[in-house]
Amino acid sequence: MADVSNEEILKGLGEIVEEVAGVAADDVSLEKSFVDDLDIDSLSMVEIAVQAEDKFGVKIPDDELANLKTVNDAVEYVSKNG
Amino acid sequence: MTSTRPTLRLNPVVAATRILGVGSVRPERVVTNDELAQTMDTNDEWIRERVGIIERRFAGEDEKLVDMAVTAGSKALADSGLAPSDIDSVIVANCTMPSPIPNAAAQVADRIGIAASGAFDLNAACAGFCYALGVASDLIKAGSAGRTLVIGAEKLSDWLDKTDRSTAIIFADAAGAAVVGPAEQPEIGPVVWGSAGDLVDTIYMREHKYLYQEGQAVFRWATTQIAPIALRAIEAAGLQPADIDVLIPHQANLRIVEAIAKRLRASGGRADMVVADDIIYSGNTSSASIPMALDHMRAAGRVHRGDVALLVGFGAGLSYAGQVVILP
Repeated sequence: MADVSNEEILKGLGEIVEEVAGVAADDVSLEKSFVDDLDIDSLSMVEIAVQAEDKFGVKIPDDELANLKTVNDAVEYVSKNG
Repeated sequence: MTSTRPTLRLNPVVAATRILGVGSVRPERVVTNDELAQTMDTNDEWIRERVGIIERRFAGEDEKLVDMAVTAGSKALADSGLAPSDIDSVIVANCTMPSPIPNAAAQVADRIGIAASGAFDLNAACAGFCYALGVASDLIKAGSAGRTLVIGAEKLSDWLDKTDRSTAIIFADAAGAAVVGPAEQPEIGPVVWGSAGDLVDTIYMREHKYLYQEGQAVFRWATTQIAPIALRAIEAAGLQPADIDVLIPHQANLRIVEAIAKRLRASGGRADMVVADDIIYSGNTSSASIPMALDHMRAAGRVHRGDVALLVGFGAGLSYAGQVVILP
């Protein structure tokens, strides 16, 4: 996504995670694991993916979603596929 | 020789239909999350967080799908104040009979005492009740059926791998029923239905033995695709989202129910719309869940005669159907 910086993706992702899972957006930093650090379950990951698709204009199929272990994985995926 | 081609007589037209009574039954045996945790890697908190279920009911070996259908159907009949002789058609929505032959409906009709009834099963999985309600309403309007008993009945516990936490914590047994008949004013709106057969692999019977479900794929579909169907059903009935007093989605997963409610409210639905949450103490009972939730909500005084309710079912196929009804 050429016109959106990784910082902007991280900020947007943080807002989505806060809305879906009630985790403070500030806690959503690049090195965090969605499951182990942020305590987000597989269904919340789907909700996050759906909202990220709307927000960033990307497609995140379930098999790709399974590979997004950390916040950085998600930021990189959006950056590459947006 | 001249021939006159015969013409068929037009049926008298019935303009409208309504629900005349409802009833439901759950098996006696309560199965707690703690009990399930003994046979699979899960626990009470894990189950409550993911699907919102606190307990569910499993039928015993001698309690068949047909038995539950008979009980729920008889209760709906009693609620309507009608006798078996007032009913001439029976539709049993189900997807968990022990074998494809015989069907459930003919036995159910016979055991309730509905003589020589038109009787058939309908399989649209968890969307079954809404499909069957739509079919019944239209059969009555076309003159093919008179008052019709519509039942959703399932014994999902026969089809669960008790070590698979993606299914065994969710599904359960029950039956729910409604009596449908002609009415002066329409109280059952047009059914809006459809299917997504490209997603067939997300819910199916593995080795004709165990129900398999791809939780994430189904969750994504249900939380994004069902609210638009619900909105179409409201539009088909000539109403607005704000007219809906009661939302009764198939009780698939409390988080799916809440997601559908959230989307309806974002589209103009009222904040005080009553939302069915029967899954908490009943589990996911497929085609039985909508009529049973309605029955329980009526008994608890949460909904009343005349309330405008939106029903929407969705499940394996994938299949979906919804309609607006005025509650009996």
